[in-house]
Amino acid sequence: MGDNFIINLKNIVVDFDGERVLKGINLDIRDKEFVTFLGPSGCGKTTTLRIIGGFVEPTEGDIYFEGKKINGMPPHKRQVNTVFQRYALFPHLNVYENVAFGLRLKKMSEKEIKMKVSEAIDLVNMRGYESRSIHYLSGGQMQRVAIARAIVNRPKALLLDEPLGALDLKLRKEMQIELKKIQQSAEITFIYVTHDQEEALTMSDTVVVMKDGIIQQIGTPQDVYNEPTNAFVADFIGESNIIDGLMHRDYEVEFAGKIFKCVDKGFDEMERVEVVIRPEDIKISSVEDGAISGMVESVIFKGVHYEMIVDSFGSKWMIHSTMCEQVGTMIGMNINPEDIHIMKKSDSEE
Amino acid sequence: MNQKIFSAPYLLWMLLFTIIPLGLVVFFAFTDSNGAFTLENISKVGDYASTLFKSVWLAAVSTVICLLISYPFAYIISRKKDHQKRIMVMLVMLPMWMNFLLRTYAWMTLLEKNGLINKFFGLFGLGPFEMINTQGAVVLGMVYNYIPFMILPLYSVMLKIDPRVVEAAQDLGATPSQVLMKVLLPLSWPGISTGITMVFVPAVSTFIISRMLGGGANLLIGDLIDLQFVGNSYNPNLGAAISLVLMVIMLLCMSIFNQFEENEEAALL
Repeated sequence: MGDNFIINLKNIVVDFDGERVLKGINLDIRDKEFVTFLGPSGCGKTTTLRIIGGFVEPTEGDIYFEGKKINGMPPHKRQVNTVFQRYALFPHLNVYENVAFGLRLKKMSEKEIKMKVSEAIDLVNMRGYESRSIHYLSGGQMQRVAIARAIVNRPKALLLDEPLGALDLKLRKEMQIELKKIQQSAEITFIYVTHDQEEALTMSDTVVVMKDGIIQQIGTPQDVYNEPTNAFVADFIGESNIIDGLMHRDYEVEFAGKIFKCVDKGFDEMERVEVVIRPEDIKISSVEDGAISGMVESVIFKGVHYEMIVDSFGSKWMIHSTMCEQVGTMIGMNINPEDIHIMKKSDSEE
Repeated sequence: MNQKIFSAPYLLWMLLFTIIPLGLVVFFAFTDSNGAFTLENISKVGDYASTLFKSVWLAAVSTVICLLISYPFAYIISRKKDHQKRIMVMLVMLPMWMNFLLRTYAWMTLLEKNGLINKFFGLFGLGPFEMINTQGAVVLGMVYNYIPFMILPLYSVMLKIDPRVVEAAQDLGATPSQVLMKVLLPLSWPGISTGITMVFVPAVSTFIISRMLGGGANLLIGDLIDLQFVGNSYNPNLGAAISLVLMVIMLLCMSIFNQFEENEEAALL
């Protein structure tokens, strides 16, 4: 992959009706990588995508495509294609003509169009539906047509705006795997927008976590899950316990009234920090063996594991475990040093 | 079974005000003043072929102008914010709340030799221009009076076009004119055809507009019919015959047009 950048966003600021929706986005996207913008609704992820597609002009900042500045270039001249939220297929055209739309605009020969369309239709598993009106397709099928319609043009980058949002869970999981396969076989840069953290972790090479028009963290799925840079990321990516702590010195943090060994360093002595502990990283033990003890308040069966809320001197802990404890029993809890993640205290809470 | 009772008032209405008058028109058209069968009235209509042709021509020109103005206008309103949409649609409808005659009289005073427009040009030493009593004035009157009937169906059909479909076309490489030809026109076709019908049909048979703005030189087929019934050339049999011929011509126009529309739809599927 290397550092072969295809798209660079430099200090992008966007105002809508006097409201600042993007507050200085800096992002470099590598060629052929699967990048996901992840964040809650209103975080600016779709706006960022629309800037790349050419549907929104940045108020400030520059956008580069293969090193060339493309501010102000209209969408039809950009070498990217978009898979829209809720598909936006052409209702007056059948499946074949929807897919062929972009090729016809390029004035290709009918033979060439036929070949490329049938290739794209194979790629998304829609053979046999070519002459079907799009009014008679299911959500999943429309989604496939939308992907084929975009990918048939061999864009340098494919932009996908919450493409699986309208599908049911099972279909969504299948499509996630298929999308990843398509991305790898077509060797196209995918820029994917979602609010579903699991989707982001499953498919991406790089995850960009956003909130309130600001990028919170850029990293591999493992990075953002295991080493969240702040409490928002920790909370948004998976579930976690976020506790106030005090960094005594390197590798030593105090929280819940105890001093724990950890693997983090580089903080001031006695600096106030936030400690992130994933619910599945808390080990249940007897009360005597536990570093922290507490009473089980509630137990919910989640399929693979039980989710327990444990009250320890007024603070609540969430634990995921395959073992089930009875509500009302006292238990002990232990945490391995490498499962304790220390974060700088976020400014907003000062 | 019982539900049929509810349609009775409508059926009665149809009988009284559509079927019977239509029968009378046919009856009068094929009889002379003594009530005897004759084809003379129908053959006489041929004398007025040029008026008939002029009516169809002016109505067609007005319809095309209405379409050219309304199409972009309706598209622009449909992409505005909700409260702006309401205001703009209101402004389109507002003239329709005023009396038709009054509106047309207003144009007379504007277009007259000593009217407001000529006075305005007079300030710059221009004119006076010959505006009233021309075919142009008749077309202007038709466009002005019937344009809401073009805008409203276009607007309602454009509201239903997903803006993302337009974006998708741009995204796939369509220039603005290609977006219009390949996406907007096919998707708004039902509105276009409704609008054309709703402007063309009343425009062909109008008589107020042509008489007030066109003067004596620009009588249309509607005026001719009017004259046979209430004018000094009283001849209801001839009037009925002209009406019948006009009706047949309009039916032909519309069925040719609808044929074209069905072909269009078939091509799209």
